[in-house]
Amino acid sequence: MPTLEQVIARVANALPGASLQIVPNGNPGHPGSLLLDNGQAGAVARILRDDPELRFDYASNASGVDWPEKTAKEKVNVKKIVDGVEKEIEETVERKTGGYLEAVYHLYSMALGHGPLIIRLRTANRGDGAVLPSLTPVWRSCEFQEREIFDLFGVTFTGHPDLRRILMWDGFVDYPMRKDYVPVAEEARP
Amino acid sequence: MLGRGIIRGLIETGRNFCGSYYDPERLTTVQYPEQKIAPQENARTIPFLVYDGHDPLAGLRCTACTICEQECPPHCIHIVKDTAKKPDYLGKMQFHPKTFDIDIAVCMGCGICAEVCPFDSIKMDRVFELAGGHRALILHKELLAKSEEYYRQIHPIEAAVVDEARAEEQRKAEAKKAAAATPAPAAAPKPLAA
Amino acid sequence: MITLAPDLETPTRGGFAENDLLEVAMGPHHPSTHGVFRMNVVLDGETVVKLTPVFGYLHRNHEKIAEKNSYLAAIPYTDRLDYICSMTNNWAYVLTVEKMTGLAVPERAEYIRVIVAEMTRLYNHACLAGFLLQDMGALGTPMMYAFREREKILDLFESLTGSRMMCNYLRFGGCRCDLPDGWLEQAIQLTANYAPFLEHFEAFLNENEILRARCEGVGVLPRELAINAGVTGPGLRASGVNYDLRKVDHYGIYNRFKFRVPLGQRGDVLDRYMMRILEMHESLAILGQALRDIPAGPVMDAKAKLRNLRPKAGEVYGRIESPKGELGFYLISDGGPAPYRFRVRPPSLVNLTVLEDMCLGHTLADAVIILGSVDIVLGEVDR
Repeated sequence: MPTLEQVIARVANALPGASLQIVPNGNPGHPGSLLLDNGQAGAVARILRDDPELRFDYASNASGVDWPEKTAKEKVNVKKIVDGVEKEIEETVERKTGGYLEAVYHLYSMALGHGPLIIRLRTANRGDGAVLPSLTPVWRSCEFQEREIFDLFGVTFTGHPDLRRILMWDGFVDYPMRKDYVPVAEEARP
Repeated sequence: MLGRGIIRGLIETGRNFCGSYYDPERLTTVQYPEQKIAPQENARTIPFLVYDGHDPLAGLRCTACTICEQECPPHCIHIVKDTAKKPDYLGKMQFHPKTFDIDIAVCMGCGICAEVCPFDSIKMDRVFELAGGHRALILHKELLAKSEEYYRQIHPIEAAVVDEARAEEQRKAEAKKAAAATPAPAAAPKPLAA
Repeated sequence: MITLAPDLETPTRGGFAENDLLEVAMGPHHPSTHGVFRMNVVLDGETVVKLTPVFGYLHRNHEKIAEKNSYLAAIPYTDRLDYICSMTNNWAYVLTVEKMTGLAVPERAEYIRVIVAEMTRLYNHACLAGFLLQDMGALGTPMMYAFREREKILDLFESLTGSRMMCNYLRFGGCRCDLPDGWLEQAIQLTANYAPFLEHFEAFLNENEILRARCEGVGVLPRELAINAGVTGPGLRASGVNYDLRKVDHYGIYNRFKFRVPLGQRGDVLDRYMMRILEMHESLAILGQALRDIPAGPVMDAKAKLRNLRPKAGEVYGRIESPKGELGFYLISDGGPAPYRFRVRPPSLVNLTVLEDMCLGHTLADAVIILGSVDIVLGEVDR
């Protein structure tokens, strides 16, 4: 199984200017993933599938993840000039994480027997910028799974042959798997 | 020959059909409810509460720790604790439930409540012929309480293990009480060095 | 007056009037659709011109429920995914959490897992053979013969776990409880009796002219399409691709057992049916070895605890070879008591991607059989 760095090198070889970022896994014993740029995702996916050393011909899983925006407060030591003297003061800095929806794909190679390679695509925001390129033209197994991400998370996939709701009924309005989803009527508990 | 496969198939069917007249392997239908299969030891459907002694509500083993309520996957158990305490089988004062409701329309019969209970007080029952009885779907503790005799009857092997563990705990508690009650024996006089 | 769906493309073949196409909704209440599954079929006479699967009637949002409950509470819900194969569903989830937390599984528990998983595979494939024959018109007889054997396995599961189908048996770090007395002997007896049953079952069906005529050459799935569309399990191997997760991933202790992986040649319905029969033979081989070699010992890891499992933050993807295909679980943990993201990769859903491709050009009756050979369970498709 090629390492993430080797994969990036081969992709960069075939497509100069490709930008792939490594996203480390929170759990240190487990593989990290590659964050793809939305504009190049289709081309990069084709290289991953067709390159003779990579041959990731089987996209096993396409899953959506919701990362609502979270603000974490951190205390940081900052050098500031106070009354003409440079001092180190502790300041609370706010760091924002999240605020996007993700599509995570797990790729395996049936030809070479290695895997998994995890690639991620991130949307710009959780509102009207929730658009991603579809990888269905590259791996047909993503067809129903991307429809499910559209249905349950609200991510629109451009280039998908048949993007419509798959599990919820056609007139349904909200996106159930998002973290801020409130069901219409909660059953009364005894 | 055309039809050879079908004829072989018909021979199989014939074997099963004729065999059903004399071979118990072939005729597996049980004419329920006139005939009933004896239930298995481990079978589980809905939970019930075990009580010791004769009084169903006073003898409940449950101490309202609410662990089963927290672990229940569909959240079908609802407990309200009673602030008064009662002694349990070891003599320790414990809380007990004021109300203990299980919504059996929601209950999955998974048995996790029985698995996590630290007091052996909620166990899985085997009843499945529930239609036409009391017809209540939310069972309060009056309907849930069943005696430890009943528990031994339906799950003999499991109940034997539980009884053994409880008896062991009781023996240990009594040994501790006995050791604390008698004063320490006077130290024997040391033999004078010869 | 039949109105056509606005996105319908009318293929030009032999010149016919547009009004000759008939749109039929098969299901969701239908005896042959293996659950609440609907196929919108557009027919030219009897020939299928377009087929759109519609499902979601059994959607219970299992993923969201699991994201609000603890890790332990998700196990009974996984029973209900592919509701006829609860042991393998449990194993896929438990394997994923063990990968995440690094819990070790004792030897005896690993052997028990293999035994119950192969028993599940046995009765799943027997059921499939029965259901497929029922779809073909042999109303009930092969199914009932298969169910007779299934009952014996279900009785074993009931004496082990307390429930016939919703077993809720595996736990993180082992199994919920040890085998009761006499269970191993009964299991050995069952395995010994299954081989002659399989012989009679094959004699009964394999050479049947009607079965051959209806299944040969029907619903061919080409190799490249199968790989690209993510088809896994017996459907993939029937198309000639040697990819069995028990051999590829070596999860559990499968590398200790000698068994072969049958491969098909044409990828039609007959090949998919024969795959199941041959895989039953291999499962019997594995069962024989496992029942012979199972050691004594504990069935739960000493460090495992039931309540309040909080894996460290991170993500993991674990998968097993369930009887339907690759069943995967993708879990993201944020260090809390409930998973942040719980995703089930259902084999039946992904196998359905190519249903239309396989059915085009065949008759409506063939579409029923092709769906039967794909082997879907709606609990898994819809979750």
